[in-house]
Amino acid sequence: MKIATPKITRRQFIINSAAVGGGLALGLRLPYGGPTVVRAADGSPEIGAWVVIRPDETVVVRIARSEMGQGSLTGLAQMVAEELECDWKRVTTEYPTPATNVARKRVWGDYGTGGSRGIRTSENYVRKGGAAARMMLVQAAADQWKVPVSECSAANGVVTHGPSKKKLSYGKLAEAAAKLDVPKDIPLKDPKDWKIIGKPLKRLDTADKVTGKQMYSADMKLPGMLSAAIKGAPVFGAKVVSFDQSKISAMKGVKKVMVVRNTAVAVVADTWWQAKTALDALPIVWEEGPNNKVSSESIAKMLDEGLSAEQAFVHNQNGDSKAALASAAKKIEAVYTYPYQNHACMEPMNATALYTADRCQVWTGTQNGEAALAATAEASGLPVDKCDVHKMLLGGGFGRKGMSDYVTQAVVIAKEMPGTPVKLLWSREEDMAQGRYHPVMHAKLTAGLDNAGNISGMHIRLSGQSILAAVRPEALDKGKDPFAFQGFWPTGEHSLEYTIPNLLIDHAMRNTHVPPGFWRGVNINQNAIFLECFIDELAQAAGQDPLAFRRKMMDKHPKSLAVLNAVAEKGGWGKPLAAGRHLGLAHFRSFGSYVAACAEISVKDGNKVKIHKIVAATDTGYAVNPAQIERQISGSFVYGLSAVFDQECTVKDGKIEQTNFHDYNSMRIAQMPKVESIVMPSGGFWGGVGEPTICVAAPAVLNAFARATGKRIRSFPLKNHGITLV
Amino acid sequence: MARLTINGKAVNVDVDPNTPLLWVIREQVGLTGTKYGCGVAQCGACTVHMNGEALRSCAMPVSAAEGKKITTIEGLANKGLLTKVQKAWIEHDVPQCGYCQSGMIMAVSALLKEKPKPTDADIDAAITNICRCGTFQQVREAIHAAAKA
Repeated sequence: MKIATPKITRRQFIINSAAVGGGLALGLRLPYGGPTVVRAADGSPEIGAWVVIRPDETVVVRIARSEMGQGSLTGLAQMVAEELECDWKRVTTEYPTPATNVARKRVWGDYGTGGSRGIRTSENYVRKGGAAARMMLVQAAADQWKVPVSECSAANGVVTHGPSKKKLSYGKLAEAAAKLDVPKDIPLKDPKDWKIIGKPLKRLDTADKVTGKQMYSADMKLPGMLSAAIKGAPVFGAKVVSFDQSKISAMKGVKKVMVVRNTAVAVVADTWWQAKTALDALPIVWEEGPNNKVSSESIAKMLDEGLSAEQAFVHNQNGDSKAALASAAKKIEAVYTYPYQNHACMEPMNATALYTADRCQVWTGTQNGEAALAATAEASGLPVDKCDVHKMLLGGGFGRKGMSDYVTQAVVIAKEMPGTPVKLLWSREEDMAQGRYHPVMHAKLTAGLDNAGNISGMHIRLSGQSILAAVRPEALDKGKDPFAFQGFWPTGEHSLEYTIPNLLIDHAMRNTHVPPGFWRGVNINQNAIFLECFIDELAQAAGQDPLAFRRKMMDKHPKSLAVLNAVAEKGGWGKPLAAGRHLGLAHFRSFGSYVAACAEISVKDGNKVKIHKIVAATDTGYAVNPAQIERQISGSFVYGLSAVFDQECTVKDGKIEQTNFHDYNSMRIAQMPKVESIVMPSGGFWGGVGEPTICVAAPAVLNAFARATGKRIRSFPLKNHGITLV
Repeated sequence: MARLTINGKAVNVDVDPNTPLLWVIREQVGLTGTKYGCGVAQCGACTVHMNGEALRSCAMPVSAAEGKKITTIEGLANKGLLTKVQKAWIEHDVPQCGYCQSGMIMAVSALLKEKPKPTDADIDAAITNICRCGTFQQVREAIHAAAKA
């Protein structure tokens, strides 16, 4: 297994190792070991690409996907350990760098960490990585004992020869195993034999997070490092005309002021506080262009026009919705609107870059290591094999850190100062002003009811922004953005979980100058509100119980029906409630998983909402770590409920108006409902975890609110209606 | 020149007296466990103890910290021995991304000093830190567990 090793100076190697705690400079061919052995930086041998075993029996599992709090790192390690038959207590992890992956022909697969894909789209090759290593270790033991491999077995990091009871530990077998070829035919365990997958194990990465020792890229320190603060054009698309450097050049610590890609100005100083203070004092003239006339009102007007526009992309259609609506006994129509929202990761965007004439390195938290590497190469002007990205733990990602804009900026700045590492850190204000926002969307939902109160036809018209059109136009399907329809697909991982006759779901794409981006769940947040609130409106119009009304349309959706029934039962649907309490239901499918929620609320003075409890259920097919899934459920509810109650990015004069958490609020512990999670994996498929549940809390609460108050709210956030979460 | 006492050690830093304590802790003193989240005392990621009380260090000039005893997340454990709050955090697997947790732990530690057996209402009133991962359910469990320990 020969590997191409990027040229690396000894000084850079020391920096790498020091920066990330050692041992991460992978693929270095150190001058010991056999000719075919690939070694980690500490000299320990690789047993296949996914596993390194150290002489002290430590098992190092390689993790390609990024950890940003969602727990994939632990889940991925569980899957390797399951097949490896190692001792879980000895498992540790490391990230191979993106450049190493490229140099090794992408042996670790996809680095992208978004779309709730971390586990579900890598489970097969990751488990095979563990299984292959086990097979090599067992083979090595059999070779040493000169016995048939079929007489040997592995458990807890030890290979045992059955007849003789001889034993050898993985640490002792690693060198010999590493010299063997990686097997081609790698059988995997039957899920019923799993011992580590499916267990509610604790995360592997907690200890340093409670002592302050955990390094995020915002904490990066390198010898001689300078810090940069940046201000991008407040009106998206505007250009820098000039800035008055004389106003700040005498300020303490200031080293350099520069234009970055014509769209931003950066100040580099000895410390970040000096850089930020100077940047705040720097007069900058922008050429704003026509976008400075855009406002939330002008955007809303454009989207409202789209609600009745002729042209729209159709994604789900059966029968004749137009005729069915025209002849319906009763017709119901509702218009919902959903705003721009920012991610507001706790750790603002940042990256540290070190550029020299022949090499560029970046340290950053990224959800897409290879995209960050590509951005590094592009911005430095160096070939990919002269660049690398050292991935660090993210202080939250939520989709925002799948973009590499901040990496590009850091490299552009560092390139102006060759040999000096520069850490670029955005202020919170910059993060609010330069988001890649949850897209704005309006929807008109029209349905017909027959005399028995059954839906006879339905039309959902979406009107609003496409993420793909902005960030991955090549992924559009003849101009259509399928992700705008998450949860509304006719089939597939985002399928609509009702059987509705005479259905039409279409999207009038209305793009604006505000840059959209993937967000936790993204379009399921509003699509679940649109559909699940409207279904409650229809049940009410039909004079039927919302649960019974839903069940009628779910015969062909047994997995969704199962999660819905589970929350209805545990949530006490149809049973007597404490005085003043009201329930609301919602369910949805996305990222392959089936989820439902039953919210129990009370409302004081008509506008103070207390969520007492939310019962949530998810069927993820296989559940790798139920304890972490529970945390993703309750955590996603915080993100989703913060959004529906409090969060909106408004546009004025072409700029985002909100600047910090005082006007872009996020839920606190006092507002947190008790979340009771039902993790109910039915087996046979791999569904996502981090995102699917986010979308059911809001419609469940909104449906409960409508039952409590008789008021149906159709535009968000709720703060605009004077409604608060208490 | 500001004279500070951080985690029991005397530190002298040459810095503009208006520099927020947070940035002195992170950049001059080099302790990066205390985090920047908002800079306007909204999110609590920068929480430290000043004379034993929780304080949001991002909005406080370093000059106001002179002569006071500052404790950061790094100074919470005594000679490597974790506090009962830190232990409860590990036991209950509280952190997700972990970025806000230094501040959360500092705020909770100050609360437990003042109210060793806090009620849910005490927790709601005292702990106003933002956590975007949404760890609040585990935070509450861990606070009660630490109070019982």
